[in-house]
Amino acid sequence: MRLPPELVQAWIKPGERVLDLGCGDGTLLRQLIDDKAVQGYGIEIDPHAISRCIAGGINVVEQDLDKGLANFTDQSFDTVVMTQTLQAVHFPHLVIDEMLRIGKAGIVVFPNFGHWRCRYYLATRGRMPVSKFLPYQWYDTPNIHFCTIRDFEQLCCDKNIDIINRRFLNALGESTGSARKWPNLFGFTAIYRITR
Amino acid sequence: MPFTPPTDSVGLVTPQRQCFSEPLTLASGRRLDSYEIVFETYGELNQERSNAVLICHALSGDHHAAGYHDEVDAKPGWWDLYIGPGKPIDTRRFFVISPNNLGGCAGSTGPRSINPATGQSWGAQFPLLRVRDWVNSQAKLADALGIQRFAAVIGGSLGGMQAMRWALEYPERIGHCITIASALKLSAQNLAFNEVARRAITSDPDFNDGNYLSRKSVPLDGLALARMIGHITYLSNDLMGEKFGRELRRGSFALGQESDIEFQVQSYLRYQGERFSTSFDANTYILMTRALDYFDLAREYGDDPAAAFSLAQCRFLVLSFSTDWRFPPQRSREIVDALLAAHKSVSYAEIDSNMGHDAFLLPNARYQEIFANYMSRIHRDLGGQY
Repeated sequence: MRLPPELVQAWIKPGERVLDLGCGDGTLLRQLIDDKAVQGYGIEIDPHAISRCIAGGINVVEQDLDKGLANFTDQSFDTVVMTQTLQAVHFPHLVIDEMLRIGKAGIVVFPNFGHWRCRYYLATRGRMPVSKFLPYQWYDTPNIHFCTIRDFEQLCCDKNIDIINRRFLNALGESTGSARKWPNLFGFTAIYRITR
Repeated sequence: MPFTPPTDSVGLVTPQRQCFSEPLTLASGRRLDSYEIVFETYGELNQERSNAVLICHALSGDHHAAGYHDEVDAKPGWWDLYIGPGKPIDTRRFFVISPNNLGGCAGSTGPRSINPATGQSWGAQFPLLRVRDWVNSQAKLADALGIQRFAAVIGGSLGGMQAMRWALEYPERIGHCITIASALKLSAQNLAFNEVARRAITSDPDFNDGNYLSRKSVPLDGLALARMIGHITYLSNDLMGEKFGRELRRGSFALGQESDIEFQVQSYLRYQGERFSTSFDANTYILMTRALDYFDLAREYGDDPAAAFSLAQCRFLVLSFSTDWRFPPQRSREIVDALLAAHKSVSYAEIDSNMGHDAFLLPNARYQEIFANYMSRIHRDLGGQY
């Protein structure tokens, strides 16, 4: 799912240093460079995505998030972004720690496994949800750490992480009233801006 | 049969020569009163003179990076896979300059040249050079060719060190620095291999303290041995196993026989060593390895590579190869980390390859794609059309 760029953009000031963990083909960084003149870097391990970043003139560093980010110094970025990657790393809580060590703020975007469709799928079929957006079977999915919105907020609470902003979108990427009111049921995608 | 170069080749090329009569002060404090640089060019310089690319060669390289020298030339230049029409360094877009470094033995002023002060060849008396001496002389060559700024300076291994030094010494004259399978400085293991290679040469009785040319002797065995050692370090264990395994070229393991055996890998190394020893100069080999040993990008910047790179204005592409143990990916990541710490634009990829250090010269689909994508982007930034 493509993230509505204006959501993330509102939280990023012109000229900021931005690190995108799991930057894919660099779409978000390209938007931020064009619209906000950020100094952006992406971290990626997918060879095809890296090639596309390089073709597009995006700074991309081939590095495995699961092997740590020790090569980045403390507070060396204004914002560290991670979109649709949290659920694919081995130790999400450690990656979040690293985000907030490297960046003054972090923006995390993840799919909410507490969404009613997931619950309905699991309740009625008794099987792990498979959808157009998450088309994998349980055994071959790169998404190994799904969480719900409540889970994520509990983690922030346990780790003394401040939530600056939160946004919830429905499956169409719209910020609807129901998603705002009952995010853990109607929020398909959760977007958090956090700091420590 | 008339020779027809492949359509993606730069074709027949003729080396050019530039003479310099202004003295060049070297990092050692010594001076070359006059010198010559041999080089090749491929492609056309554009009207704005903005599409020039400099190729820096490695230890045993020379100016012949692409194309063929004549109709009977069996082998194209050393980087022909990567320089040519439609290749990553696309000669339809870029004007490529490939010099032979000073101190070399392929035509530029070096130990085989005549020392004007003595009328004899320099031999071992040729001044020791450092990477910055090459960079400075390459800048003089650029001046002579009317090139104010390179779109990119590109090099693998020792060539990558030159490219990085370019970024620090002439920051306003380089748009992009591409450093492949290189390092900020040699490791102790690298230094050790270089020392063994030099000892192989200097302990050859025909070396005569480097004055072999005037004695009409050539330390062929020593140079061959040095090359054999080097060659082992350029290949990966896997590749050697795959290429040669324990196959015999001669003899037999059969019981009841006392025949002498020769493994394929022995014969290969011997061939490589012999071929090299008859074409390369022993003093140049010593000089090049010394320059490698000396190189430490950050030495004069308080040993802080990030402080060194803070001088750079260009963008960087850093590439490494998974099985390279001469300049392993870790060495390239140190370059990348320093560039990140210096807030410089950098992209990095670690290419999967079983070819060891030599991978930067060999075919590899991912390497070619990334290299081509990066060069296309440079071309686009210059205002070029696809």
